[in-house]
Amino acid sequence: MYKEYETVIGLEVHVELATKTKIFCGCSTAFGAAPNTQTCPVCTGMPGSLPVLNKQVLEYAIAVGLATNCDITRYAKFDRKNYFYPDNPQNYQISQLYLPICRNGGVEIETAQGGKKIVGIHEIHMEEDAGKLIHDEWEDCSLVDYNRSGVPLIEIVSEPDMRNAEEVIAYLEKLRLVIQYLGASDCKLQEGSMRADVNLSVREVGAEAFGTRTEMKNLNSFKAITRAIEGETERQIDLMEAGESVVQETRRWDDTKGESYAMRSKEDAQDYRYFPDPDLTPISVSEEMLQEIRARQPEFRTEKMARYREEFDIPDYDIDIITGEKPLADLFEAAVALGAQPKKVSNWIMGETLRLMKEREVDASDLRFSPENLAKLIALTDTKQINSSVAKEVFEVMFEENVDPERYVDEKGLKTVNDEGALKKTIEEVIAANPQSVEDYRNGKEKAIGFLVGQTMKAMKGKADPGAVNQMLKELLQK
Amino acid sequence: MNVIEMTAAQLSAAIREGKTTAVEAAEAVLAQIEKEDKNYNCYVTVDRDGALTQARAVQAKIEAGELTGPLAGVPVAVKDNICTEGLRTTCSSKILHNFVPTYTAEAVKNLQKAGAVILGKTNMDEFAMGSTTETSAYGPTKNPRNLEHVPGGSSGGSAAAVAADECIYAIGSDTGGSIRQPASYCGVVGMKPTYGTVSRYGLIAYGSSLDQIGPLTKDVRDCAAVLEALASHDPKDSTSVSRADKDFTAALTEDVKGLRIGIPIDYLGEGLDDEVRTAVLQAAEVLEKKGALVERFDLSLVEYAIPAYYTIAAAEASSNLERFDGIKYGYRTEEYAGLHNMYKKSRSEGFGEEVKRRIMLGSFVLSSGYYDAYYLKALKVKALIKKAFDEAFAKYDLILGPVAPTTAPKLGESLADPIQMYLGDIYTIAVNLAGLPGISVPCGQDSKGLPIGLQLIGDCFQEKKLLRAAYTYEQHAKKL
Repeated sequence: MYKEYETVIGLEVHVELATKTKIFCGCSTAFGAAPNTQTCPVCTGMPGSLPVLNKQVLEYAIAVGLATNCDITRYAKFDRKNYFYPDNPQNYQISQLYLPICRNGGVEIETAQGGKKIVGIHEIHMEEDAGKLIHDEWEDCSLVDYNRSGVPLIEIVSEPDMRNAEEVIAYLEKLRLVIQYLGASDCKLQEGSMRADVNLSVREVGAEAFGTRTEMKNLNSFKAITRAIEGETERQIDLMEAGESVVQETRRWDDTKGESYAMRSKEDAQDYRYFPDPDLTPISVSEEMLQEIRARQPEFRTEKMARYREEFDIPDYDIDIITGEKPLADLFEAAVALGAQPKKVSNWIMGETLRLMKEREVDASDLRFSPENLAKLIALTDTKQINSSVAKEVFEVMFEENVDPERYVDEKGLKTVNDEGALKKTIEEVIAANPQSVEDYRNGKEKAIGFLVGQTMKAMKGKADPGAVNQMLKELLQK
Repeated sequence: MNVIEMTAAQLSAAIREGKTTAVEAAEAVLAQIEKEDKNYNCYVTVDRDGALTQARAVQAKIEAGELTGPLAGVPVAVKDNICTEGLRTTCSSKILHNFVPTYTAEAVKNLQKAGAVILGKTNMDEFAMGSTTETSAYGPTKNPRNLEHVPGGSSGGSAAAVAADECIYAIGSDTGGSIRQPASYCGVVGMKPTYGTVSRYGLIAYGSSLDQIGPLTKDVRDCAAVLEALASHDPKDSTSVSRADKDFTAALTEDVKGLRIGIPIDYLGEGLDDEVRTAVLQAAEVLEKKGALVERFDLSLVEYAIPAYYTIAAAEASSNLERFDGIKYGYRTEEYAGLHNMYKKSRSEGFGEEVKRRIMLGSFVLSSGYYDAYYLKALKVKALIKKAFDEAFAKYDLILGPVAPTTAPKLGESLADPIQMYLGDIYTIAVNLAGLPGISVPCGQDSKGLPIGLQLIGDCFQEKKLLRAAYTYEQHAKKL
């Protein structure tokens, strides 16, 4: 008989915070600058330089902690994690070990069976990111870019409370939403602003003790995480079935090959010689500061969903999708505030926006068009100044370039022609040019009118209201 | 009076009065360096051209009335662990033999604002680790009072430069006595301010929680003036303190009436040289005659200060010195096979013996399984020492004692027995552990003619009391 196994998973999630400047110096955190142009003596580890904590980092970390039901450590400290590597200019990373800023939290997730479950958060700590090593194989040398050195991170360490990939994804989605709603990060796995390491072990169902765990790194998408969890579960079960034991080690996931390989085992684990950083004074979180941050906490998703249900007449499905991405919710609310009808705004988001996002692989946080322009576009259709196919065409341009739809429609001459004389003349020409269709229609083939409407629209270069065309055609054909 | 023999106060007055100029003063001191430094080796780097350029600019500002203070136009020597933009800064180590900082330390900037002319960088024990300036990769400095003896350390080059008239004053750094002890050995005034008074931004760290920059001067008046210029609240240093009472020169009055001074019995015990003891107790009598209330008391815990200090300082140093890896700046080994071999060889070849000893010691006390037993315990001792001083300062305004158990040892005597050398720090290191201010003032010499230093220790932020007592004693000593 087969043994039944259970997978036990805990996550270490690194989130890059959306501060304008680095954690311990005033350098910019902007992405994509030329190498080593956003650096100073502090973030390049120059002798004699000293770190000073960016208060915004502390505030974000506390805000995330409060939103995930953590206890906030009122007397926290930074520690040095000592290890040698060229991307780490001081050869120690300033992090938190002994007194992390948040502890003992948790978030509720929905399980695959539709139930609810709490995933515990062991701690959240603040730390600095390292630089980036670039290996130039052509020149056979390695170069370092310190632009990323000192970019603020929080590391969210969960309890080993998850049992399968669905729960892991649900937990990550939950964290992503909370952090996005706080504005603390855009949480993009692909770009590395959110990184998850998976700690996984397998045990027989009913066993109390945990099995030996491995840590999986280099997971750049939800898909990769799911595949890695499934792959690693299988690998560990195979080992156990074969009577071998799982080795405690760090493994690297190769998503193209769909397999992982060992990076380092516990035996090579370094002694990081953590100790409190004497260059930074301990952090005292005052009651006042805590109150201020609490008061600034935004409306989170659950509250937003409830409010939408109450305020707007849109389907629950739409509410679910729109509130599932903070930028979509922001767009929706702003367009509605500008006077657009909620249902229409929702339709534009659920329809064309999502379609183009998928087609062109655009993240919600990278949408370019403004709510003002969306509201204007809706007004143009409401007042029948443009028809719906023109509106879609304009929207596509807006989606790419955020053009002002009013100006664009004017410039391109896309307004619906409301000149009855001109319309009548065109229809008469279409009727004259298509005797077969006219006859078909008169013989009871209702569908033939569609062809004639299409021909008229084509002749009008799309600038007619199809409803009006249809009506006038019918009138003229009855004569 | 020869320019090079003047104090900063005298020289700046002479420049203001037009009797000499900043340029003439710089030239005179540079000539003295040229003539004498081959004997003493006070400097690692002399910036002749830079000094003269600065002197001309400062002279113009003095003439324009923009600079009027006691340091305007006065040449200064800077310890070689304090960063100076464009001027090589080596920490007297091979590993930084070619390191030219891209920025200037806050403390040096403050001196420049006061019109200082920087002559160059002074020799020191490598990375400030040592008590004799013999661990320098650039050869030992010799004591100008007696060439067979060490100048003390680690700010030995700065103290010797002041004693040899190779500068008018100098700045150094003090982690466990590194300003006060060489000041004592060379017969000059040296002060370690309250932790946080002088910005550490740009001071290449040894023991971050203990390091402070401070003055080495010819007299107490200059010491107060230099401290006044150095002290500032620096937002770039998280441990920097904002102080309102920075008018240290206002404390230069001859008045110790009613001042309560305690002498720790522990500071007069075993290991203290008889001649040093006699000189220090005579200095205490002078202050007593001037109206101070002097008594002996039991400070306790003194013997625990040395192991606590060497644990904490070495732990911090082992981490602080990790950045010297041959990757970004400084010495890189010629041949290597791969990254780790490069680290290993660059650091093995770049650091000297004493530095390596302390990196090993520090790495050990921080390592997993030993952290609690050594590092945490040392922090607890540190807290207890601070408490013992707090109790003492509830009873006394100042604590008085020797700076070091003996006068300057002979060259070559100390390094053979590092433990013995560490024990020589017994009277100075507790001051750093507790973050207190301490001053070393000359109080005579031994039968060999070597200077003896009197140490006064104050409670945190009580530099003015220290300066007042030191000034009062100095006025008396001058008349001897």
